[in-house]
Amino acid sequence: MKLSLKIWRQSDTSDKGKMTDYEIDEVSEHMSFLEMLDLLNESLIQKKERVIEFDHDCREGICGQCGVMINGRAHGPLKNTTTCQLHMRSFKDGDTIYIEPFRAKAFPVLRDLKIDRSAFDTIIASGGFIGASTGQAPEANSIPISYETAEASFDAAACIGCGACVATCKNASAALFTGAKITHLALLPQGQIEASKRVLSMVSQMDAEGFGNCSDTRACEIECPQGISILSIAKMNAEYTKALIFKK
Amino acid sequence: MIDSKIPEGPLADKWNNYKAKAKLVNPANRKKLNVIVVGTGLAGASCAASLAEQGYNIQSFCFQDSARRAHSVAAQGGVNAAKNYKNDGDSTFRMFYDTIKGGDFRSREANVYRLAECSAHLIDHAVAQGVPFAREYAGYLNNRSFGGVQVSRTFYARGQTGQQLLLGAYQGLLRQVSLGKVTMHTRHEMLELVIIDGKAKGIIARNLETGALERHVADAVVLASGGYGKVYYLSTLAMGCNSSAIWRAHKKGAYMAGVSWIQFHPTSLPQHGANQSKLTLMSESLRNDGRIWVPKKAEDARNPNTIPEEERDYYLERRYPSFGNLAPRDISSRAAKERIDAGHGVGPMKNAIYLDFSDAIKAQGKNTIEAKYSNLFAMYEKITGINAYKEPMLISPAAHFTMGGLWVDYELMTSIPGLFALGEANFADHGANRLGANSLLQACVDGYFIAPYTIPNYLAGELNAPKATIDHPAFKEAEKSVRAQLDRFLNSKGTLSTDHFHKKIGRLLYEKCGLSRSKEKLEEAIEDIKALKASFEKDLLITGDDTLNSELEKAGRIADYIELAELMCYDALQREESCGAHFREEYQTPDGEAVRNDDDFCYVSAWEWKGEAKPPELHKEPLVFESVELAVRSYK
Repeated sequence: MKLSLKIWRQSDTSDKGKMTDYEIDEVSEHMSFLEMLDLLNESLIQKKERVIEFDHDCREGICGQCGVMINGRAHGPLKNTTTCQLHMRSFKDGDTIYIEPFRAKAFPVLRDLKIDRSAFDTIIASGGFIGASTGQAPEANSIPISYETAEASFDAAACIGCGACVATCKNASAALFTGAKITHLALLPQGQIEASKRVLSMVSQMDAEGFGNCSDTRACEIECPQGISILSIAKMNAEYTKALIFKK
Repeated sequence: MIDSKIPEGPLADKWNNYKAKAKLVNPANRKKLNVIVVGTGLAGASCAASLAEQGYNIQSFCFQDSARRAHSVAAQGGVNAAKNYKNDGDSTFRMFYDTIKGGDFRSREANVYRLAECSAHLIDHAVAQGVPFAREYAGYLNNRSFGGVQVSRTFYARGQTGQQLLLGAYQGLLRQVSLGKVTMHTRHEMLELVIIDGKAKGIIARNLETGALERHVADAVVLASGGYGKVYYLSTLAMGCNSSAIWRAHKKGAYMAGVSWIQFHPTSLPQHGANQSKLTLMSESLRNDGRIWVPKKAEDARNPNTIPEEERDYYLERRYPSFGNLAPRDISSRAAKERIDAGHGVGPMKNAIYLDFSDAIKAQGKNTIEAKYSNLFAMYEKITGINAYKEPMLISPAAHFTMGGLWVDYELMTSIPGLFALGEANFADHGANRLGANSLLQACVDGYFIAPYTIPNYLAGELNAPKATIDHPAFKEAEKSVRAQLDRFLNSKGTLSTDHFHKKIGRLLYEKCGLSRSKEKLEEAIEDIKALKASFEKDLLITGDDTLNSELEKAGRIADYIELAELMCYDALQREESCGAHFREEYQTPDGEAVRNDDDFCYVSAWEWKGEAKPPELHKEPLVFESVELAVRSYK
């Protein structure tokens, strides 16, 4: 199929950037969206032009590094799908596709479609862990966890940190990302002792990074490739309130 | 002379003996010692976090935008541990034996025993970190079975075990970042190793955001940079996985071992077209319930659901009745290739076989199958558009895990003092074939439980050594050579992209150094690679400049792949036997089984770089088996 592409080009963080038009032919419906961009880049190299920079690595929907706005939607039109797992069979011959980076104040554009998501790492570093040091763990079965709890914790732990929730949110809120980590750890017995310190610290770091507040529009849940539930945000809020009440 | 430094004593006591005698560093002195860790996957992140916990200063590097993206994230099926929770006869010795046998008796006994010994503790540690492993209703850990074994010793977190273990390690790492013990350098790629007075003392890294070359100095360097299966271009690895860190260390004197032992995973999605960039893996755990078959009639193009039972060839169950669909990966991959080559391949490109769940759905119900594998089925549908609950999956073997890598001794130290290699970057433990669910294990065990003893043992001797600085001429020289290579790429006036060369080298390896090899094809391949190298030097075209530029990044990796591919062919050519993932067509039984030659090849091939355009030099580390008898590996 033949497509018209309108792609965001920006040379670095300080550049203003602009949409640029490209035409591409011979796109097969079996190609992934990123393979379509590979094909475009190959043609740019042949014209001795600089390639379009985009982030990607595993191309299996699990590393979380890919992700662009496609026709205004994070990761494109399909539900629970990363950009690398979106295939061209979702488009048709003659379509025009708008491709832009995930946008948020806390996610500066590095070049073209590549963004800096290190704010997510900073949130995790502020307390998104269980303080277990190597070599001191008790026998694993001495911490029984019910099947349902382990599954619910897993549902939240499945977050891949792609940033679609932030990009799609009108407030650029990181509540779903942070809520998912809080929920994953708060449900487990191992994380209990640190729970209140964790939630207070992570929420405060999330604000410090420049993410906006959650206003419960649920856009994040709709665009999340891992189907993380907005109940994670409710859980975070509950943990936060609990922590404030019992704060000494 | 190769010294593997295997400790004295009976097999089961060796590691305890080592730990009891390993040198320690006084806690007050640890903060005076610095370690560079390249790679933030399971091996790198766990090593960096563990050493930081002890009090050393760590510089951690990864080329991704976050440590959480390392390719360990993509391992799906599980992690092995000899816990014997199922009371089905598992033990440290049994796991050791399965792994030694699975690796076709081409790994070190002492290393493999240690792997099995430390496995139980890894599960304890991961649970303590909050890894949400699968649980039974009573709250205890659940596990399942994997290829090559007859017990259930694989712990799993749905189909995302790698991701969950990595998040545990990454969170442990970031905890140390917040405590100031680890400095993270994301979007940095190591481009050279710096050696001072014969010891590894630092690296040259390129900041991938700005293009700046940086000098980083330390008292020891750890490479945990993963495997090089992406040399085949179409592989199950992430796009960025590469060999540069280990290859550049190799060119500085570190030996490379077992480089041609590349595992072809039997359950990847097949290639569907010319512009494909990678192959996606479907977890091996699917083989617990899926039955593998092809039509008995060659070129049978009927819809699989219309092919009656008696016209299907369940060739794994037929050839290997005692292991059936759970035959080890090398056996299963080769059996698939044999059927595809014989004209029984299915799918649009006739390059696939069926993995069929209809019997399992009939016997257990769709809900049970969904509970076990729903995310894998969903992924399959996203990629292929096919609902595998209704028709069999199409699968095919694909380049996957590299058993080869930097040669390391029992301490995981390479042939360069102070340079350690962990996880898939080293050659150890797996032999010529890796059993499923052992890669996450090896990476974690190396980083959490082995390196924290062996690296301090080395560092204890460095405490009073003169401190290197980045002003040393060795740093200047290393930076100069990296700069010269980057300039060469940018000034090359050719017409061909990096991907052109990557696809070429990949295709060449698939054909001549892939699932099966022969003397003739390997000799041809070495000549082809020389020609490709010459073409790369004059025909490459890199657009853009020396700032953020993914094409420039790729150029260095391709240059390394081309040289590595040549070494792979030398290694495969020299090993005149069939073992594990290495199948030499000249050495097989009449019914197509591999013929190993223990009399002449029971050793690890460790190769030394001798310079451009010179053949590498082979060093042999004999493998001595005291606790197991070398046996023909049969899964019949």
